[in-house]
Parts: sequence; structure tokens; C-alpha cells
Amino acid sequence: MTSSPSRTTLLREGADGRAVHDVGGMDFGPIDRDEHDLALWEKRTDAMLILLCSKKNVFTIDAMRRVIEDYGQQAYDRTTYYEKWIRAIRNLLVEQEIVSPDEVEKRMAELASVHRANGRRVSAETIDWAKGGAA
Amino acid sequence: MTHDDHDHDHDHDHDHDHHHGGDGHTHPPQRDHDAGPMSAYEVLEETIRSLLIDKGVLSADEIAAQIDLMDSRTPALGAKVVAKAWSDPAFKAKLMADTRGALLDMGIDIGTLAEFRTIENTPDVHNVVVCTLCSCYPKLLLGVPPAWYKSLAYRSRVVVDPRAVLAEFGVAVPEGVEVRVHDSTADLRYLVLPMRPPGTEGWSPDKLASLVTRDAMIGTAIPDPGLRAAAE
Amino acid sequence: MSVEAVTAQRFRPGQTVHVIERPALGHCRTPWYLRGKTGVVASVQGAYRDPERLAYHKPGLPSQVLYKVRFLQTELWPDYPGPASDHLEADIYEGWLESAS
Repeated sequence: MTSSPSRTTLLREGADGRAVHDVGGMDFGPIDRDEHDLALWEKRTDAMLILLCSKKNVFTIDAMRRVIEDYGQQAYDRTTYYEKWIRAIRNLLVEQEIVSPDEVEKRMAELASVHRANGRRVSAETIDWAKGGAA
Repeated sequence: MTHDDHDHDHDHDHDHDHHHGGDGHTHPPQRDHDAGPMSAYEVLEETIRSLLIDKGVLSADEIAAQIDLMDSRTPALGAKVVAKAWSDPAFKAKLMADTRGALLDMGIDIGTLAEFRTIENTPDVHNVVVCTLCSCYPKLLLGVPPAWYKSLAYRSRVVVDPRAVLAEFGVAVPEGVEVRVHDSTADLRYLVLPMRPPGTEGWSPDKLASLVTRDAMIGTAIPDPGLRAAAE
Repeated sequence: MSVEAVTAQRFRPGQTVHVIERPALGHCRTPWYLRGKTGVVASVQGAYRDPERLAYHKPGLPSQVLYKVRFLQTELWPDYPGPASDHLEADIYEGWLESAS
């Protein structure tokens, strides 16, 4: 598993309707100070985001944050930092018509097949996400 | 369809000399080829990357170069900046007035995505930095933030009970010293300039830099020459 | 980020300001816990493209003057456990501030 996934949905006591990311003053219990170095896919996600926002001007960091902030609480709490990012990058590339949802599903299905042919397992969720693109 | 084989940039998956906060030792890198099945997000990353490369939006070389750049930004670089500020009053004055310019003088370009400010700890004020809304951090100096900095637990609590959080990190701030929390809500990223510890007169910049941990530049640690002495 | 010279500013360092208390329906950089609170302008940070527009693929104009606002912790949290001299600072865009006087 990559950086500190907490796959539970956390109580938002006293949230009073504030957005899911806006947590200042709330209490989520003890701070877990375990250190994690990034996986290669996380570094690539980080690199793509910076390039798309600064050098390529495909979208802004602000748009990226907006997309993440619009996640429901379950999606927000149960995904890791870079999971949120790559999902937001996908959604913004669709929003900006750089890629289509069909292209993403198709490529994902192809890559999943390549990995499996090479003896690498992929999660069941991967197959679900690529379903529209399966041959 | 051609896939730029993903082995292409595997040379970036090597161990680096990581310079972490409190404990000072390194942690196992997270490989993308460990035992478990590939997660959907990992395959999604590969999918997006290959589509962007096919469409000519990004190149594999650009992505590799950006990873190299980020790998070159580490707390050790920030520690050099702090040690220089401790040793060179003119540099310190510039760092406080114009952080971007002072870093550029050291050959460190912080890019265009955010402005930087330096906030100085004094005998009267201890500063600590958070981003309650997100995870804003001076990445182009210190590298990626630690997991705890991005956690809901830290983001939510350090604004409302900073002294207890600091105590958990081993920093006891006396009652007479103001704790000042900085919530980096907008376009500015904050670097804490810790106080130079007493008993370090005449130390070389390199020796001084060895005292400056990542957490000291966030405000959740205090440089401690005693720890260095104990390690020697 | 795109820092610009400040051509007109409504507030000066030292001035007491009030963070407007209203819900945010879209992307916004004013945390919920600061809305409705009173603080003092510590410094003027420059003018920046407006994140509330940038987030929707717009140029972020007009730019917004950004202020560093200093709050007493005891103003933010009635049960603040630390000394009364502790503070919190946050960067707030002009459109979220009003004069407290």
C-alpha cells in the first residue's frame, strides 16, 4: 500500500455543512507520524500535475483543488493523497477535452491486459474502471 | 498503439539520501512493483501518462526531468538555506525581505506556482505552519511534505490546540513565548527560520546545517545540538 | 500564482477587520473556522489572481489584494487552552474582509 491510506470514513462532528476538506478546528484523533517515501507512480502523478499546471497551462492548481473538494466525504476520506490527485487530473483532462472518458477506459483495459499477460496482477477495481474499454 | 515501455524511467526508482524530520534515518521506498496487485489508481496513472505522451501534451523526458527536479529538493537544501541565514546577516536580511530572490541567489528556483515567505522564530515567538484546506508546503525548497503534514489529524488540530500538538512532536513552548500558527490558505508558502541554538558559535555552515531538520522548518521541531553531540 | 503590484487596497496594516460570515458554494480559500471572526491586518501580501475564478478555468480577474490577518486564538476558540497571547495568522483575500469599525 502506498502513502498512509486510511480507508475509513471519518466522523465530521461539528462540521455544520462545511465542505469535506475544510477541517480546521475539528478532531480526527492522534497524528500518525509514520514516514512514507513516494512510490514511482506517485512521483509521476506529482510531476504531471506540476507540468500540466505550470508549463502547459492545461488547468490551474485551483481547478485541481476544486475537483478534489467536490468529492463526497467517502471518496475524500478513503483515498490517499495521490489517489485524489490522479483522479482529479483524469477529470480535469476530460473537462478540458484533452482526453475522453472512452479513451481512458480503453487505454486502461489495454494496459490491464498487458500487465496480466506479463504475469502482473491488477486489482478487481481496475477491471471495473476499464469495463467500458474492454474488447 | 505503442506503449513507451514503463521500464523507461525506472532509473528514477533508486534510493536517494532522504533527510527526514525527527528521526534522521531513511525509510524504505515504496516500489511500484511490490507483491500486491496493481491498484486501479496506479493503472490510471499509467493510462493518463501514456495518453498525454501519445497526444504530445507531455513527453516522457519532461516527466522524468520534473521527477529529478523534485528529487533534488529536500530538507537538506532547506537546511543549507537556514545555516546560511544563521551565518550571514546580509543573506538573512534578504531572505526575510525577499525569499524568492535570496533562494535564487543560492541557485534555487521556486517556480511560478507560489510565492514564498520566511517567518523567523525569536525568543518571543514560536511559529508553526499548516494548510488546513489542503497541503500547501514549500515543496520547491523542501521536497514533498511528510504524510502527517497532509493528514486530517494534523490539519484539523494544530490550529485549535497547537501547544498540545507541538508537545506530541517533543516541542515544549514556555507559557511566556507566543505560539503563532500560520494557516497557508492562499498563494504563499511559509518556511520557518528556527533560532540558532546557543553553543554553536564558530560552527561551519555545514555543521550548522546538520542541526536543521525538516520539522524544524515547519515549526514542529527545535534544532538541538545535544542530539548531534549524542550521535557523535 | 501571479503576484501583481497592489494598485488600490481597502485595508492597511494595523487595521481591525472582520471576516465575512457566509457560506462558500464553490472553491474558496477562506476557511470555515475564520468566517465571522475579527482580526488585525498584519501585512499586505500583494495582489493575486482570484482563486474563486481560476478554479473554473477563468483568468481570475479582477485580481484580489491578499492580506495576512492575525487573529487572537482566544477570539477563534472560546475554550482555547493556551495563553491569551497566542495567535493564528492566515492569508485572506480582500473580498472576504470588511472593516470592523
